[in-house]
Amino acid sequence: MAIVKGGKNYLTLNTIKTHGTKVKIISLEHSDLKERLMSMGLVPGTKIEVLRSAPMGDPMAIKVRSYNLALRLKDAKNILVEKIEE
Amino acid sequence: MFISKFQFINNLAEILTVYIYSNTSMTTLSVALTGNPNTGKSTIFNELTGVRQKIGNWPGVTVDKKMGYVRHKDRAISVVDLPGTYSITARSPEEQIVIDYLLQEHPDIVVDVVDASNIERNLFLTVQLLEKRIPILIVLNMMDEANRRGIKLSSNKLSRLIGMPVVETVGRKSNSIKKLLGIFTTTVMSNYHNTDFVEEHIQKVEAIDAMALTDEEKEAKKIELRYAFIDEIIPQIVDFSGVASVTTTEKIDRVLANGFLALPILLLLLYSVFELTFTWIGQPVADFLDFAINGWFSSQVDIFLGNVGVAPWLHSLIVNGIIAGVGSVLTFVPLIFTLFFCLSFLDGTGYMARVAFIMDPIMRRAGLTGKGIMPLIMGFGCGVPAIMGARALDSEKDRMISILVTPFLTCGAKLPIMALFAAIFFPNNASNVVFSMYIIGIVVAILMAKVLNVTTFKDKKATFLLELPPYRFPDMKTVFLETWDKGKGYLVKAGTIIFAMSVLIWLMSNYNLHGSTDEMSQSFLAFLGATIAPFFTWLGFPTWEAGAAVITGIVAKEAVISTMGILYNVTNLSDDTIAAAHQMLLSLGGSFTALSALSFMVFTQLYSPCVTALGTIKKETGKWKWVAFAFSYTTFVAWFISLLVYQVGSLLGY
Repeated sequence: MAIVKGGKNYLTLNTIKTHGTKVKIISLEHSDLKERLMSMGLVPGTKIEVLRSAPMGDPMAIKVRSYNLALRLKDAKNILVEKIEE
Repeated sequence: MFISKFQFINNLAEILTVYIYSNTSMTTLSVALTGNPNTGKSTIFNELTGVRQKIGNWPGVTVDKKMGYVRHKDRAISVVDLPGTYSITARSPEEQIVIDYLLQEHPDIVVDVVDASNIERNLFLTVQLLEKRIPILIVLNMMDEANRRGIKLSSNKLSRLIGMPVVETVGRKSNSIKKLLGIFTTTVMSNYHNTDFVEEHIQKVEAIDAMALTDEEKEAKKIELRYAFIDEIIPQIVDFSGVASVTTTEKIDRVLANGFLALPILLLLLYSVFELTFTWIGQPVADFLDFAINGWFSSQVDIFLGNVGVAPWLHSLIVNGIIAGVGSVLTFVPLIFTLFFCLSFLDGTGYMARVAFIMDPIMRRAGLTGKGIMPLIMGFGCGVPAIMGARALDSEKDRMISILVTPFLTCGAKLPIMALFAAIFFPNNASNVVFSMYIIGIVVAILMAKVLNVTTFKDKKATFLLELPPYRFPDMKTVFLETWDKGKGYLVKAGTIIFAMSVLIWLMSNYNLHGSTDEMSQSFLAFLGATIAPFFTWLGFPTWEAGAAVITGIVAKEAVISTMGILYNVTNLSDDTIAAAHQMLLSLGGSFTALSALSFMVFTQLYSPCVTALGTIKKETGKWKWVAFAFSYTTFVAWFISLLVYQVGSLLGY
């Protein structure tokens, strides 16, 4: 599901299923986890690599700031990202 | 002011240490360890203090408080291992403890343990500490791992940039620990101050407070500023050019944490852990202990007491009451310790985080969380550390549900009940019947988690955010200390509550209002058993013997079998399950049918947690209300399911 914001196509993190995809954080929606996610290094501009998902697709594991983090899709949905090419 | 026993002992220790060293006019040096989780902070603490440590609680919250002492070059050093946190924004009890301790206790040296291989996120806490203008000693830990991953770090540059002392360590290496102790005793923290570079950052952060923004927006802006600051530092101190694109951890995870292959591997590993516990190591040692205590020691004492000529009642109390009761609990100690050793070891490798990850989809559907898997597995050993293990979970809701469903599982003490009854009444299917009891326990735990999730705790929110740390070989000192910490409760239980209850049960089964009685059916215990027996009419076992066994089982599940042994007058119950089964069958056969035996097994599998577990529930939840709830709802569930088993079984003609 693409979200158009400021004339650009953005995605929410939960929709990225291909392992190895690299994205950049655009913004974080308000949620109970927002502050914790940000404290753990997920701030706008930070690059993320989608690593894998648990059986049945949820939660997902990402690589961020040289460590690995697992989060549920419902929380990943609050993270707006943009794909980056490398 | 209320001072807990633990605080009192610690204060006393502190006073004594100060007194001892007053000759050299030096006071105890206080060191506080802070840092993110998974940085090896606890390893450093364990290596520094070894067995000279005490694990207690911070006042009013269920967060571990770890204090320890060490002496270096005639200097006494007290070390506190503050909870591992990602930040000190004071959003959780752990973060509140860290910030309160630092600002109120003013330790001489605040150590900030930083995982060198994961420095970016680790520096977030560092920056927050600098903002509080707390001088910190930065320990770049796991330097070996960082080097292996090709990360080149300049600790000197970091020190120059922020103005604080920085030291490189490998936490489990003794020369690193010696180096740290040397630095602790020679460093004067008040000599260190933030550089202008740091102060500029602080001014930017403080300027945000004056802006017309909501609190949430302010906090978000501050966090962004901190990471902007970190992003400015990192290129100056770290060279990532040698880092391989695919790490070893990533390669292992492609097998252990990937898709559906992960589940069979997990099951295989868990199976190995249980084999190790119940077949290879734990059980043989337990059998030996059983032989040593209940066989050899018991008969030696028996002979000795006979020779000395003590009163028959005292003789009986010691041999049949205390040794039999305490002995039956002690024999489980090897099982419990083996299981906890395996779990602590796996936890140390980083694998338990993967288990939480791959089990989350299943656990979530049951109303639990992936992180709850560790305490639940512990529940197969003993419910007490399992209930305490729930404190590692993120939310109040996860903790409460985990605590309340753990007692349904087949703990080490329930297993012999199941094994013996299965051997007596289902000799051809014994292991299948025992296995089905495990399954019933698990299924009921899952169902009740689901029910609690949508009823009692429906308004509470659960969260899941889990770091997957790199795979590591665990620090064995930490593994042993953790095993001991989790398992020692069981030893304490044997020495205290089981000891007392063994005496009580012996008294109740040998006395009534008129004094001592040789006829067990005239005893207090028989009276109590007979009182509750009617509750079990529809379940198929309305005998006073079964009632008495159920009552003593609340004290400790181990007591169910020994009570039955005493009540049905099976003398010298054999150590061998099969032989014991034959003995018991002769006595029990008359009171139980196969169906009512099954109903009784289901009931004992599920009903009230033992007294020690109930006490732990009180400690962890802080409320008697939850103890009463745990007691009554488990007993009701047990009663209801046993009723189903017996009534449906009867209808089917068994």
